[in-house]
Amino acid sequence: MSRKLLLKNDHVPGIATLKTYKENGGYTTMEKALKTMSPDALLEEVKTSGLRGRGGAGFPTGMKWSFLAKPEGVPRYLVVNADESEPGTFKDRYLMERIPHLLIEGMVISSFTLGANSAYIYIRGEYFYVSRILEQAIDEAYAAGLLGKNILGTGYDLDIYVQVGAGAYICGEETALLESLEGKRGNPRIKPPFPAIAGLYGCPTVVNNVETIAALVPIIELGGAEYAKIGIGRSTGTKLISASGHINKPGVYEIELGLPVEEFIYSEEYCGGIKGGRKMKAVVAGGSSVPILPTELILKTAAGEPRLMSYESLGEGGFVSGTMLGSGGFIVMDEDTSIVKNLYTFSRFYHHESCGQCSPCREGTGWMEKILHKILEGKGTLKDIDLLWDIQSKIEGKTICPLGEAAAWPVAAAIRHFRPEFEAYVTNPESIKDVKHYYRLNPTV
Amino acid sequence: MAQTTDISFKPETFELIQKITKRYPEGKHKSALIPVLHIAQAEFGGWLSPQTMDLVAEVLRLKPIEVYEVASFYSMFNLQPVGKCLIEVCRTSSCWLCGAEDIIDHLEHKLNIKVGETTSDGMFTLKAVECLGSCGTAPMMQVGADYHENLSIEKVDNLVDGFKQENKQSRYC
Amino acid sequence: MVKLTIDDIPVEVPKGTTILQAARLIGGDVTPPAMCYYSKLKTSGGYCRTCIVKVEQGSEKDPRPIPKPVASCRTEVAEGMVVRNITSPENLEARAGVVELLLVNHPLDCPVCDQAGECHLQDLAYENGKEETRFEFERREFDPIDIGDKIKLHMNRCIMCFRCVKVADQITDGRCHGVINRGDAAEISTYIEKAIDNDFSGNVIDVCPVGALTDRTFRFKSRVWYTKPVDAHRDCDKCCGKVRLWNQGEEVLRVTARKDQWGEVMDNEDGSTAWICNECRFDKKHINDWTVEGPSEINRHSVISANHYDTLRNIKLDTLRMLGGKPHGEKVDLGIGALDPNNQHKQ
Ligand SMILES: Cc1cc2nc3c(=O)[nH]c(=O)nc-3n(C[C@H](O)[C@H](O)[C@H](O)COP(=O)(O)O)c2cc1C
Ligand code: SF4
Ligand code: SF4
Ligand code: FES
Ligand code: FES
Repeated sequence: MSRKLLLKNDHVPGIATLKTYKENGGYTTMEKALKTMSPDALLEEVKTSGLRGRGGAGFPTGMKWSFLAKPEGVPRYLVVNADESEPGTFKDRYLMERIPHLLIEGMVISSFTLGANSAYIYIRGEYFYVSRILEQAIDEAYAAGLLGKNILGTGYDLDIYVQVGAGAYICGEETALLESLEGKRGNPRIKPPFPAIAGLYGCPTVVNNVETIAALVPIIELGGAEYAKIGIGRSTGTKLISASGHINKPGVYEIELGLPVEEFIYSEEYCGGIKGGRKMKAVVAGGSSVPILPTELILKTAAGEPRLMSYESLGEGGFVSGTMLGSGGFIVMDEDTSIVKNLYTFSRFYHHESCGQCSPCREGTGWMEKILHKILEGKGTLKDIDLLWDIQSKIEGKTICPLGEAAAWPVAAAIRHFRPEFEAYVTNPESIKDVKHYYRLNPTV
Repeated sequence: MAQTTDISFKPETFELIQKITKRYPEGKHKSALIPVLHIAQAEFGGWLSPQTMDLVAEVLRLKPIEVYEVASFYSMFNLQPVGKCLIEVCRTSSCWLCGAEDIIDHLEHKLNIKVGETTSDGMFTLKAVECLGSCGTAPMMQVGADYHENLSIEKVDNLVDGFKQENKQSRYC
Repeated sequence: MVKLTIDDIPVEVPKGTTILQAARLIGGDVTPPAMCYYSKLKTSGGYCRTCIVKVEQGSEKDPRPIPKPVASCRTEVAEGMVVRNITSPENLEARAGVVELLLVNHPLDCPVCDQAGECHLQDLAYENGKEETRFEFERREFDPIDIGDKIKLHMNRCIMCFRCVKVADQITDGRCHGVINRGDAAEISTYIEKAIDNDFSGNVIDVCPVGALTDRTFRFKSRVWYTKPVDAHRDCDKCCGKVRLWNQGEEVLRVTARKDQWGEVMDNEDGSTAWICNECRFDKKHINDWTVEGPSEINRHSVISANHYDTLRNIKLDTLRMLGGKPHGEKVDLGIGALDPNNQHKQ
């Protein structure tokens, strides 16, 4: 049994309510932080913990927080990124829906550390019902003196607001999120300045993922050093993984970083193996943006070492033979899956979600989708495969925000690892007849 | 308040809007735009007509173009009329892997419309949408604020028949 | 002052200067092309990505290279920075990629476009374009629309530089056009039919790098290379009154602001930008309205500066050949007919 820090009480009935949450030890860590620790001491704990952002990029949280500018008389903001729109990712929703108070407790600790008196949760519009759950929890916390003026008599004030989005993946990018929160189109900002210097309303702002902020509670509860002992190497602590696709037990799992990928996929504690006892073909390990890997490379590195669920191990081999932990959106595909069609769903997604500000992404994402569609229709040529490769390389690294890369990487990886399948689509469609071009319900029949 | 458009929010909605604008610092009321557009869409028939958007502009003291720019950016805002009950089926990877296309095909047959269309009685609009964060319970669809997950053909049939019976009006908020 | 090198040429500029501005001081070929940046408009630039350069050394203090190409128009110089533009084949390749993508949805209707001859995109494609377009799908299509009785919008040609939006925000008192929709469906629009009605709205025409926003009072009267630009002024109570007249004989066909070698509206003596008002631009079409100062000096290396149409025709042929020969499969008359002043279209 691996250690649970975030989801240890997720199955306790009524844990979404303040009463039950408190009965299970809730808000004691916050009280300890506010009453016995200084913001500097708290920041040290976060640094020591080795916590890395859980939203996708894995940037060390303590370091990010230490960049926050603190000019006199200017408010600072904490903004929680609950936009969660990366295909394959649904862990933040689970956490907010099940244990909303864990996020709120983490927000109070974080805001206190950062010196923020207002904090916003920006949640994707489609999660409207989750925003209601959060609002209810926030109301409860206000009523109990855990939010608002003079929290627990410590003199610290904090207001938390929930802001809903309205359908735009790009608003997960932190500066697009801030634009959206300011009531504008979700266009990523050109950086610098970074939010730590000029973020929400031009004020210093920290944007963190829901899970990152929730992790503050166990970090302060255990102490940074103790937290850092969990996990492996620079991948400290636990991580929520959203598992989906052709597995027996899809869902959200909290794992200790360093768990072998093979164990995660096949053990009964986690995914429970591939549906219908079939073989696995490929895995997208960290949300749609990260490179897809074929079975051989997801279970073992190119050097033959077992692949582990950690930032470093999944990244081993770079993009030639590795991938990324990303947001932890773990999508598993069985032997019958058409990689080309799966890629098409990704490319269609990025085309649909491009904000349209910069030319390579605006024009390139649509072009890639069109070529893939043509290949799926059986009208592609070998040249189209090279063209796809070429277009993705023209987008990568040339855009304002990383959505360009997010759109380019899946294309590059699919071609890199599954080129023969692409070629079969254009030269010998007969040979891929068994591949499920259109995946049907009940794949066992 | 003086109004140039000839529609207006219900008094209680107007009050709610005032409350929402208080969440933001002085002078930052534009932040209320997206929440208010959601409210306006729910109050005025599930879509945002130019007239509705002009009303929002007026209430929030914005230029109309600022409202059009924002409303047209976000996929949950409908700038064209939709059916009473908007069915949105996820079509992205995980849902596709688990049979989303069967669900979409079935709905197209059952409702006798294509994706993007509205039934002739104005009851249903069918949309295929991108990942809704429900990949572990795929395939799934969203109807208003409700998530319907682990769909099967039978489940979809029951749901849609139910919507018809209750004459369901879908709304996000 | 900050010292850096661009393509091995040393240059010294004040702190806070962008790489692009520093390169403009050097001038010539090392200056990256800029389709969206406009030095007179705040927050412009960063969008088109044509101005990208390679930063081989970030600064003296931190000599590491910047791993990705940077938008030179939005990146500040640093002491000891080493920038490569045309001396980096990799950078030129990356730019060619951006240009190809920028042209994916462009109609390539140069032969019938008003802007032909003074279009920055045409120059860009000519200088950085690839042999042929590889885009074989249908392009986005929009109908041309009139934005009021003075300005025409050909959305097909728009490259989303956002300059016109910034002009409306920054120099007029009521923006009513903007960007609607997103991704490659985004367009410049008023959403519901509205005239852009403001004393300074005509300046959107001057900043548009392509033929997307054009002067309806000029359209179809003449191709730009048959007109003779002269600088002129008048006493105007709304603007500086310093303009460029585009004449054919004694007839004033068009009035624009005066532009510098980067295609930007020039500065007045006091350092403010010499934007012109709509009255000067649209209503003063008689030579007697103006005091003519003399022929305009046009030193942009564009096709108009060549000022005769052989060059233009050759460039146009080259450009089109480079872009795939035929604008999306249609037959285009590139013969003298299209360039004949007596054969100027019909809409
Ligand atoms: C296109 C795009 C989408 C993103 N979506 C999300 C998201 O939905 N949720 C999230 O937490 N971070 C997302 N990110 C990452 C954020 O920009 C940001 O790095 C993150 O919120 C920082 O929080 P963390 O350090 O706690 O991970 C996205 C980034 C990009 C480029
Ligand atoms: S990369 Fe795409 S999403 Fe990001 S700013 Fe550019 S167009 Fe927008
Ligand atoms: S219309 Fe012209 S100025 Fe406006 S965004 Fe398009 S290209 Fe730029
Ligand atoms: S892929 Fe359908 S909800 Fe994520
Ligand atoms: S001019 Fe620099 S990005 Fe367009």
